[in-house]
This record gives sequence, C-alpha cells and structure tokens, in this order.
Amino acid sequence: MTPLTLTADATGPSRARRTAWVPTLVLILGALYCLVPIAWVIIAATKDRSELFSTFSFAPGTGLLQNLSDLTAYRDGIYWQWMANSAFYAGFGALLSAAVSAAGGYALGRYSFRGREAVFKLILAGVLVPGIVLAVPQYLLLSKMGLADSYWSMLLPSILSPYGVYLVRIYAAASVPTELMEAARMDGASEWRIFSRIAVPMMMPGLITVFLFQFVGIWNNFLLPYVMLADDTKFPITLGLYTLLAQGASQPALYTLVITGCLLAILPLIALFLVIQRFWSLDLLSGSIKS
Amino acid sequence: MTSAPLKGSDRVEVGPLADGTGTAPSVRPSSPRRRGRSAPYWFLAPTLTLFAAFTVIPIGYAVWLSLHKVQVKGIGLGKGARAEVWNGFGNYADVLNNSEFGHSVLRAFGYGLIVIPTMLGLALVFALMLDTPKARSASFARLMIFLPYAVPGIIAALMWGFLYLPAVSPFYYLLDKFGLPEPDLFNGGNLYLSFANIAVWGGTGFNMIVIYTALRAIPQEIYEAARIDGASDLRIALSIKIPIVMPSLVLTFFFSVIATLQVFTEPMALKPLTNNLQSTWSPLMAIYDSAFLKSDIYGASATAVVLALATFVLSFTLLRISDRYTREDRA
Repeated sequence: MTPLTLTADATGPSRARRTAWVPTLVLILGALYCLVPIAWVIIAATKDRSELFSTFSFAPGTGLLQNLSDLTAYRDGIYWQWMANSAFYAGFGALLSAAVSAAGGYALGRYSFRGREAVFKLILAGVLVPGIVLAVPQYLLLSKMGLADSYWSMLLPSILSPYGVYLVRIYAAASVPTELMEAARMDGASEWRIFSRIAVPMMMPGLITVFLFQFVGIWNNFLLPYVMLADDTKFPITLGLYTLLAQGASQPALYTLVITGCLLAILPLIALFLVIQRFWSLDLLSGSIKS
Repeated sequence: MTSAPLKGSDRVEVGPLADGTGTAPSVRPSSPRRRGRSAPYWFLAPTLTLFAAFTVIPIGYAVWLSLHKVQVKGIGLGKGARAEVWNGFGNYADVLNNSEFGHSVLRAFGYGLIVIPTMLGLALVFALMLDTPKARSASFARLMIFLPYAVPGIIAALMWGFLYLPAVSPFYYLLDKFGLPEPDLFNGGNLYLSFANIAVWGGTGFNMIVIYTALRAIPQEIYEAARIDGASDLRIALSIKIPIVMPSLVLTFFFSVIATLQVFTEPMALKPLTNNLQSTWSPLMAIYDSAFLKSDIYGASATAVVLALATFVLSFTLLRISDRYTREDRA
C-alpha cells in the first residue's frame, strides 16, 4: 500500500465516538427526497376535490373516506378488479418464474454438461433484448393463436426471468454441496428427488429473492400490458391507473380518484418491503452470499 | 423422473465417484450416472422451452417481418388481396431515413446524459455514506432510499406528474409564496429534467444497494491499515473504496445505458398532462406508434431490430472497454 500522507491530525480515539455529521445529513436529505412524493400522495389522497386545488399541498384534508368510496364506486369497482388482476399476474407469474428458474439455474450451477456455458450466455443475452422488440412480435404471434388480450398473454411472457436463472445458478453453486448430491445418489435418490428434497430447501433464500424480484417486476410492468391488453377488465393496476389519468386529464374531477388510486396501489408493495426487510437482506438482490 | 431402487452391485460401481469431484471423466458409465446425465436437460427444459417460445421465436418473427411488406392487389378487398411480399432491406432503409426515429434516439441520449451521471453519482455517494462507520440513521435512510424501487414506474411518474402541476404542487406553492419565478416543467428542455428526476428517484436506491453490497465485501483490515497511515474517511473513500467498487459501477452504468435507450414509462405517464409531448418522443414510443397507431408492423419490426442491434453493439463495446479497464486495474 502506498503511504497515504494526508492530514494526520490528532483525531485518534476521540473520533470513534463522534457522529459523522456530513454522511448523516446527506443520507437524511436522500431519504427525504425519496419520501416527498409518497408523503404528498398520502396527504393528497385525504383531500376532496376542492381542497386539492385550494389548500397547501402538505395540509391534510377531510375527504379520504369519500375518495375511497368514490374510487370503489367508479365503474362498479373496476379499480379493485385491477388490483386483483395485478395480484394474480404478479403472484402467480412470480411463483412460476421462481420454479422455472430454480430448475434451470440448478441445472446450470450443479451439473456439467455439453453446451452449458453456451446455454447460459444465450439466456443472459436475453436481458439485453429491448422489451418492445419482444412485446410486439409476441403480441402478433399470440393474437394468431387467439391468446392476445387474455390473461395468458400477460402471464406467459412474464415467466422466464434470465436474471432469476442467473441468480439461482450462483446460489446453487454456492449453497448445494456436490458431496451431498453424491451421497444422495449413493443412497439411491433420483435426480428429481435430490433436486426437490435437498437442493430446493438449501436454495430457498435465493428462490425467495427471485420470487420477490419477479413479483415487483411484473407488478410494475407497464409496457407488456399496454401492448397485450385491450379489455380493461383484464388490466393490471398500472395500466388501469394510466387509462384513468388519460381520461381524467381533461376533467380534473378525476384527479382525486387517480391520486387515491396511486396511494392504494403502492401501499401493498411498500408494506411487503417493510415486512420482508426484517428477515430478507437487500444484499441478496445483487447475488451476494453471506454465510 | 422416478427413482429406480439400486442393487448392491450398482453401489460398488458408483464407488469411485464418491470422492466428491462429481465429474470424473474416465469413470465407466453406471446406471445412476447415465440417469444423471440427462437430468440437467430435463431441469433446463422449461427454461429453454419458454426461451424459445417467448424470446427466440418472437425475435425471428420480428426479423422476418422487418424484411417483408404488404402488397395490396386490386382494391384490397377480399381473400388474398393483401399478400406479404419480400422487401429486402427496404424497411431498414426507411428506418435510417426516418428522421422521426433518429430524433427519438437523440432525445433518449440527451435524457441519458442527465439521468445516468446523476443517478449513479447519487447512488455512489449514498453507498459511501452508508459505509461510513459513524453515520447515524443509516439503516433508516438505506430503506427509504430503496423504497422507490417498490413503486411502479408508471405510478412514480404519475405522482411526480402531479407534483409538476402548478395547481396542486407544493413547490409551486412555495415559489409563489416567495415571489420566485415559476418554471414550466413541461416545456422544452425542462421536459428532460422532469423525466430525468423521475428516473433518478426510482433508480438511485437499487444502484445504491448494488454498490453498497460491493463495498461491504471489502475486508475491514484494509481501512485499518490506511487509518494507521493517517488517511481520512474521505481519502479512504476516494483512494480505496471507489477503485475497488469500480466493477459494480461499470455494471450499473451498463444497465443504466440499456434502460435509457428503452425509456418509455415516464414520457408515457406525463403525456396526458401536457400537449408538448409528441407520441414518438422516445425510441420505444416511436416503435409503438408505428406498430399500433400507424399499423405498420413491418416498419415497426425493422425499427425494433435496429434498436436491438444498437443495444447489442453498445453493450459489447461497453463490456469490452470495462474488461480492459478492470484487467489493467488488476495488473
């Protein structure tokens, strides 16, 4: 190491107890910046139509319950249909995605076979393909099969996750010992049994990560439903709110509905993150494995 | 796959494999081995099937479409009046001559020039601050800065869209109170800043986590040695931490560039709020516009293929550069 001859002022032991104010301040400013829109939407959702345009943005209003019942009443509760659709697309899609990634990543991480690296690189290259390059031909092909504008058209293209396969491959290689697999083989376990009974439980933290990552990815997706769906009873919440705003842009009366809808749409994921961060480390997202 | 009960003689044959190396090439094929040999293909089958159905075939179809056009016979009515005929590189020539698409690519680059340095700069600063031993409220801030990741891009854009609207925005309220000039955030160059802010808000947290993870993997002893030599926290950050996390920075840069070329959500979300946004603002919007609004799926496919190729070329160039960089770094 090259000698670092910078101010060697006598800040030895006393420094340990001092708070580092600059980093603390920077972090708090960053946290505030990230909270502003969320705080605003929470407060704005409490305002009725006239309060929204007349009172100061961060002063709470009195219309929350009215807004909620307006939103529920809007077109016979289509908002809650959108929420249910999103939950279905994201929940079921992420579950299938985690299962497919588990098998694929395990095969790539724990077996050596001809063509392994080529397959792996090919799947990873899938990340680079722009979404619309896939979405337009996917739409055309699915509509030839009569599947466009159906639940399948949203679900099927969301299952394969190159990132999930990549992550499980790392996990499998790091957390499932070959010795254990060999021992199970000696005891007569089939390859499927080794995978389902030994490997899957050991890879579980990684699989949960894949599930969450894909859940957020599908829940947040806008391009795919925008291309695939026309029937608004099948819309996920992202597309539903967008069309609501697109209609409401000319009539500010719909603003309160959009704002209340935004708040309700982000609450589930924020709650999910706040709960899971207690036992699930964010570091897992970048594939780091801590013993 | 079913598990066949093993006989005693099989076990003896498996014996030499039990040393844990797994893939001894000289081993005589035995029944569990043979069975195990097809296993990875079975496990990969769902992945490969989906990859073929939803990546390879659509890309192939897009390429096929991009080389064709529709020829209308007669007055274009009745069965067989519309035929798909070979068009060679005609659609591609149209794409390259189409200034609308060219402008959308330039706009995406301009937007990227604002977003990427700001977002990654902030992510790096936050990650370094989180990694400072004596920073207070670090875990709270880490969670809050990551929180926007949980907010769908379109909803983030809708929320910011409202915050940009003078009628409901607290910023305009304050500007008004203090008699300051009120900029139109939906106009001209400000539009880029408005989009960029949404992307920075949504993307900083994730990149921060990636960089922070890399920082935490650095052994603490390195810092101890530097501190004994009298290095300040700032000096440690600049001379030790940033060079070590450079591969993570390169990776986040790489993905940010790809995301920039595909910007779609932010301009789409703000479009209903303003008349200043053309429907071909970004490359993806231009492709959507020509495929579904102008019903030219052939031209749209050619445009999409051009965008994909540009992404690949850009990616490989960036990877090549970063490879050389990190290799020199190691030497």
